[in-house]
Amino acid sequence: MQKRIAGRYAAERRFKAMGLGAVLLSGFFLAFLLFVMVGNGARGFTYTHVAVAIDFKAMPLTVDKARLSDADADQVIANAGLADIVAFAADEALGKDGSQLISENAWKEVRTRIKADPELLDGKSLFELPASSAVDIAAKEGAKGALGERVDALEKEGKLSTGFHTPFFKNADATDPAVAGIWGALKGSLMTIFIAFLIAFPTGVLAALYLEEYAPKNRWTDLIEVSINNLAAVPSIIFGLLALAVFINWFGLCQASPLVGGLTLALMTMPVIVIASRNAIKSVPPSIRDAALGVGASPVQVVFHHVLPLALPGILTGTIIGMARALGETAPLLLVGMRAFIGDVPGGLCSPSTVLPMQIFLWSDEVDRGFVEKTSAAIIVLLFVLLSMNALAIYLRNKFEKRW
Amino acid sequence: MTNDDLIIADPKMRAEGVNVFYGDKQAIKDVSIDVGTDLVTAFIGPSGCGKSTFLRSLNRMNDTVASARVTGRIELDGEDIYAPSMDVVQLRARVGMVFQKPNPFPKSIYDNVAYGSRIHGLAANKADLDVIVERALTRAGLWDEVKDRLGESGTALSGGQQQRLCIARAIAVDPEVILMDEPCSALDPIATAKIEELIHELRGKYAIVIVTHNMQQAARVSQRTAFFHLGTLVEYGKTTDIFTNPKQERTKDYITGRYG
Repeated sequence: MQKRIAGRYAAERRFKAMGLGAVLLSGFFLAFLLFVMVGNGARGFTYTHVAVAIDFKAMPLTVDKARLSDADADQVIANAGLADIVAFAADEALGKDGSQLISENAWKEVRTRIKADPELLDGKSLFELPASSAVDIAAKEGAKGALGERVDALEKEGKLSTGFHTPFFKNADATDPAVAGIWGALKGSLMTIFIAFLIAFPTGVLAALYLEEYAPKNRWTDLIEVSINNLAAVPSIIFGLLALAVFINWFGLCQASPLVGGLTLALMTMPVIVIASRNAIKSVPPSIRDAALGVGASPVQVVFHHVLPLALPGILTGTIIGMARALGETAPLLLVGMRAFIGDVPGGLCSPSTVLPMQIFLWSDEVDRGFVEKTSAAIIVLLFVLLSMNALAIYLRNKFEKRW
Repeated sequence: MTNDDLIIADPKMRAEGVNVFYGDKQAIKDVSIDVGTDLVTAFIGPSGCGKSTFLRSLNRMNDTVASARVTGRIELDGEDIYAPSMDVVQLRARVGMVFQKPNPFPKSIYDNVAYGSRIHGLAANKADLDVIVERALTRAGLWDEVKDRLGESGTALSGGQQQRLCIARAIAVDPEVILMDEPCSALDPIATAKIEELIHELRGKYAIVIVTHNMQQAARVSQRTAFFHLGTLVEYGKTTDIFTNPKQERTKDYITGRYG
């Protein structure tokens, strides 16, 4: 007897220890992930700039100032040869091959400044120009050889500065890390998710309500239930193929667009929403339905006045988890063309676009070392969006639970 | 069966040859009964005898059970309630129901009582609705206890208060009949006494049908009692007659506690 009791306590302790071990292990992995990501990614949010003085009196840019506020001002300035002037000024200010130390897109920064303040063209002023990707990395990580010495020298002269990299949050993808940004992919992701939500949420919830509250329980509804469960388990790339066949080849919708991407993800998410909603609806006590029917509510009133509000926290939690999964999805979007290099921030639901996880994938494939940091920074952005969505889910759940 | 016509002069509801099936199983066999307008009618009988099933067929709550099927005729004021022309929503507004377990909506006390009036459009404005809510809560004997906290959730009340809230919710739509399905089975004796008192007060305003397990309760609150056994109506008569002078052997055995 005593022995048995001792054995039982030992089993209890073993079980507790194993549980604690599992929690600690997952905590360790999470901490490791965050540590590595933040360590690498934080540098992706900053960029090194080189101070270069440009004297427009010595090297005049011949443009008509009146045209600088026109719509085609960018083209006018480019045609006037600003890129050459900036490269020449860099050579002059930074020594031999100075133009190699700044980004090949640095002159665009100068162009923006000139457009904002045409007076700059009348004199000599100092411009903080984005460094080339190699210089940026050398400045952040240190480098050996000729380039390292060069960067050290510049640093001593006080010509290098590190600042928050605004283009990262304003631009779309680019071949030059100095101007590549996440905003195009972020906006694409948000639009795609918006479309997916707009389609999957109402259809999913209505399907669940119909199946739970109205549909007769027979062989057909059993079949539908099994099909929905199976759909939720279908690998996501299959949905991509389906979307390619239906939305693009058959309906002829715009390729690589948030519209088609959203429709694809809606297909993928809807079964998840249906299942979550059905469970939430099932857990509404039948006594509430009886109570409402007993005072003469019609079935629709029962559903919309009582069942749906009570099930809403569960429905929202399930939906947002489904949406978060869709946000991190890459495979089905490969097939509808969202894998392309998109250099512009998408303007509308039909303009070509990419999404955050796809951007991470594309950047992780780049040769230029400057993209390593960008990849980590993009991962941080993606995780941040996901965490905000989960926080929203928790907030909504608590809010609706309080009301009831 | 001893359903002599003398005992109900003016039936509010009338059932004739009612059978209720759940799938292949017959739960109610050929029950005919009259429910008086100004009377409290008690249905008694052992568990599983079909009294709740029969009660639920009086306002078509059995419609919500997919496998349930009702044959025979049930009338409310002479109208067949299972006729295609009968609107079930309308019917349930006229024949209200109070359930075994108190089931207030997880909303404020006010909204609980106001709900029926809102969906039926009984109140033209907020002031009307306030009057309806106050009257229903007063009739249910709950007004003095909750008048200062009408905004609190109905589920925060005690069990007995919740059940009276459910009664208030049922009478707020001004029904003609109130069906009560073992309304005290989840309550303590003090709360039970309050509900019984309430039933006394409501008598005459509504036709009341109460299903109960508790024979003393049936004796205390009702004027007519029907004894159900194994899905059949064994005996129906004045409550005093049923309890003091039952005509059937089975009734006698049940009320003397030989089975049940």
